Amino acid sequence: MRPFLTRRRGEGPWPWLAAGSVALSLSMLAGLLLLLAVGGLGHFWPAEVSEVTPREGAPFAGIPVREERVVGSERRERLYFTGNLDLDGERWRWIPLDAIAALEAPPELVVLERRRWGDFLGHLVALEDGGRRHAGAAAWPALEERLATLETLRDERDHLRDAVVAPLVRRLEQGGDPAAAAELARANARIRELQTAMQGATLVLESVDGRRLEQPLAEVLRAWRPNAMSPPQKLAAWGRGVWRFLSEGPRAANSAGGVWPAIFGTVMMVLLMSVVVTPFGVLAGIYLNEVARQGPFTRLVRIGVRNLAGVPSIVYGVFGLGVFVHGIGGSLDAWFFADSLPSPTFGTGGLLWASLTLALLTLPVVIVATEEGLARVPEHQREGALALGATRMEMLTRVVLPMTVPAMLTGLILAVARAAGEVAPLMLVGVAKLAPQVPVDGEFPFLHLERKFMHLGYHIYDTAFHGDDVQAAMPLVYATALLLVLVILVLNLTAIFLRHHLRARHGVASRA
Amino acid sequence: MGWRRAPSAGHRERALESVFTSSPATAGGPIIDFAADESCLAIEGLSLAYGETPALRDLTLRVPRHRVTAFIGPSGCGKSTLLRALNRLHDLNEEVVRRGEIRLEGQDIHAPEVDVAELRRRVGMVFQAPNPFPMSIYDNVAFGLRLQGGLRKRRIDDTVEWALQSAALWEEVKDRLRASAWTLSGGQQQRLVIARTLAVGPEVLLLDEPASALDPISTLKIEELIRNLKSRLSLVLVTHNMQQAARVSDYTAFLQRGELVEYGPTQTLFTNPRLARTENYITGRMT
Ligand SMILES: Nc1ncnc2c1ncn2[C@@H]1O[C@H](COP(=O)(O)OP(=O)(O)OP(=O)(O)O)[C@@H](O)[C@H]1O
Ligand SMILES: [Mg+2]
Repeated sequence: MRPFLTRRRGEGPWPWLAAGSVALSLSMLAGLLLLLAVGGLGHFWPAEVSEVTPREGAPFAGIPVREERVVGSERRERLYFTGNLDLDGERWRWIPLDAIAALEAPPELVVLERRRWGDFLGHLVALEDGGRRHAGAAAWPALEERLATLETLRDERDHLRDAVVAPLVRRLEQGGDPAAAAELARANARIRELQTAMQGATLVLESVDGRRLEQPLAEVLRAWRPNAMSPPQKLAAWGRGVWRFLSEGPRAANSAGGVWPAIFGTVMMVLLMSVVVTPFGVLAGIYLNEVARQGPFTRLVRIGVRNLAGVPSIVYGVFGLGVFVHGIGGSLDAWFFADSLPSPTFGTGGLLWASLTLALLTLPVVIVATEEGLARVPEHQREGALALGATRMEMLTRVVLPMTVPAMLTGLILAVARAAGEVAPLMLVGVAKLAPQVPVDGEFPFLHLERKFMHLGYHIYDTAFHGDDVQAAMPLVYATALLLVLVILVLNLTAIFLRHHLRARHGVASRA
Repeated sequence: MGWRRAPSAGHRERALESVFTSSPATAGGPIIDFAADESCLAIEGLSLAYGETPALRDLTLRVPRHRVTAFIGPSGCGKSTLLRALNRLHDLNEEVVRRGEIRLEGQDIHAPEVDVAELRRRVGMVFQAPNPFPMSIYDNVAFGLRLQGGLRKRRIDDTVEWALQSAALWEEVKDRLRASAWTLSGGQQQRLVIARTLAVGPEVLLLDEPASALDPISTLKIEELIRNLKSRLSLVLVTHNMQQAARVSDYTAFLQRGELVEYGPTQTLFTNPRLARTENYITGRMT
């Protein structure tokens, strides 16, 4: 092999220009990924909490976020995440560096993740539980133990609510069933029991400037003492944080919690889209290239198809809304779901309509890739088949199409990449800001095509621009963007693997 | 067939007239003839054009049974065109216009009742560049058989082995029948293609420069194969290699600019051509 970038006489600057542009594109890509990775993944690291003593005013506890120059001066200031929204009415604080008198990192500082008011940063004074009081050094171990118990109770309650109560309620709605009613009553009683067990305990907290706070334990989700954690402990906590992000649903108007429903919705929609777009695109490509008489008409169709790829995606969204949602969906509702009208079943955006809209959007890509694959099958292969007494149809199915499969998969890869990143049309045809119920569950017919769904791309848009605390949402936006890229990557790698496998089987030279 | 609509008959006729009315039909020297019962293929006044470009002009000749007939002539004289006309490969090309008749064992191959697939099984064709399909060696040879359908596995196995043996390839591939055909060498690929064609049991085998892409040893193997196949079927060989034509063929036809110039026993044509044009071509002098 020729070593990379050897310049040979007479080649001029072209090799350098070509290599340079490749390097530039690659480094921009790597830079983007790095930005997303740092901005997103750093969020889950249990960062050290500082106790900041300003020259003037009370001390506060905060996690340093970033530094900036004060506009129009040489001074720099630092942004701290201070939490304690209930005490301060603020969660962030800028402070000029030269206004800081002292910085400390006392190991006993705790961070609490709470269901209301967001995080608390400060001291844990005591844990009071039905008359028993754990104070001082005993408070932290007691808190850790109670949190673990709470978590199991909470899990049981959530399971009861989602997997037992919800289906029962639906069963009851469809028709009276005394057994179901009794079962429902039992489950609800157990849930109330669990709720009571969770109540009761209270935390006594104190901010670093000495203000006291009584905090019901039931609202505390997690607690940690970052300054006292060893690096392995931090790493473990980071892993748990990432896992929660991937596996849980969003909380607090998408500004906290995880993105599991969005991952699921994105993948589901892309898979459905692939199932629809592949046969249609491939058949259209075959028709244009193999069946139709070549002439001005096919040329016109071809130009049309190629230009469809350039139509703005929002136009497809409008089309999907008009034709699929209102047209077809409205008719379906009128025919089959008349008893549940006026609340629509298919007559509103949903997974099916979104997938169909994106299938339409990506159809040109698949058609063009198929056509090019067919055109690349050498004439002598076709003639070889015909010369053995194959009809045109046999030639097509037994020789030409197997050789074209890799090209079709290439088309699908491009389609998937385009579809998974598309947001605008989805906003019209079925994406939801919050749809914690994924469109697949244990209830017949298992795949609920009419349901609205969450999507990573839309989630990014919503978290970044529609939350009330942009600072807090930013790391989640980074992380979600990184995740979207990774999801597309995984989908594409699957298709590439499949293509490689097929090429190897057909002995076609492999070139990605 | 018939996916692509054929141009109307009227259109075809007009094109033919404009192309062929000026046909000089100066087919020169004495032309050997075979009795009808000695020949497998009979070409009668065949003219063919690609759109407005004539490629064959008023060709008449018969191809003898169980012999090797070589077609020679300068590049572009229409050898491949003639060969492809013999098993109707031109059907796919809408541009092609044709006049005249081709008879296989007395039957007009363009008659409406003729099944093109059947015709192509009876008149097999091997192309210049080896074109095995991207599948296993076995599947390549079985391809034509499976198209006919209804054959038992055992029968296919036997035919594949027989065809590979006939093509002198069995010994080299019998242990790797499941390997991709594209892993074979060029010479082996060409013999595989011959085996694939033999497997469907043709009466005539058309070979269009079958050895021009091969090394000398592979070429010799193909030539030997051609000589051996003669007892079973009739062969038509297109070649640019005069020695090759002299070595393997029994009869030779010399074509020039789409016309048949001279046709006779190979021995005679090479040692004692009747026409100066033929002699110039054979001896390598430019005309
Ligand atoms: N598909 C086609 N469309 C138009 N013209 C063609 C086509 N195929 C061949 N021709 C023309 O027909 C004439 C005869 O071509 P043909 O391929 O039969 O020559 P040949 O004798 O086989 O030449 P070679 O020895 O180089 O293979 C040439 O002038 C060629 O340009
Ligand atoms: Mg040729």
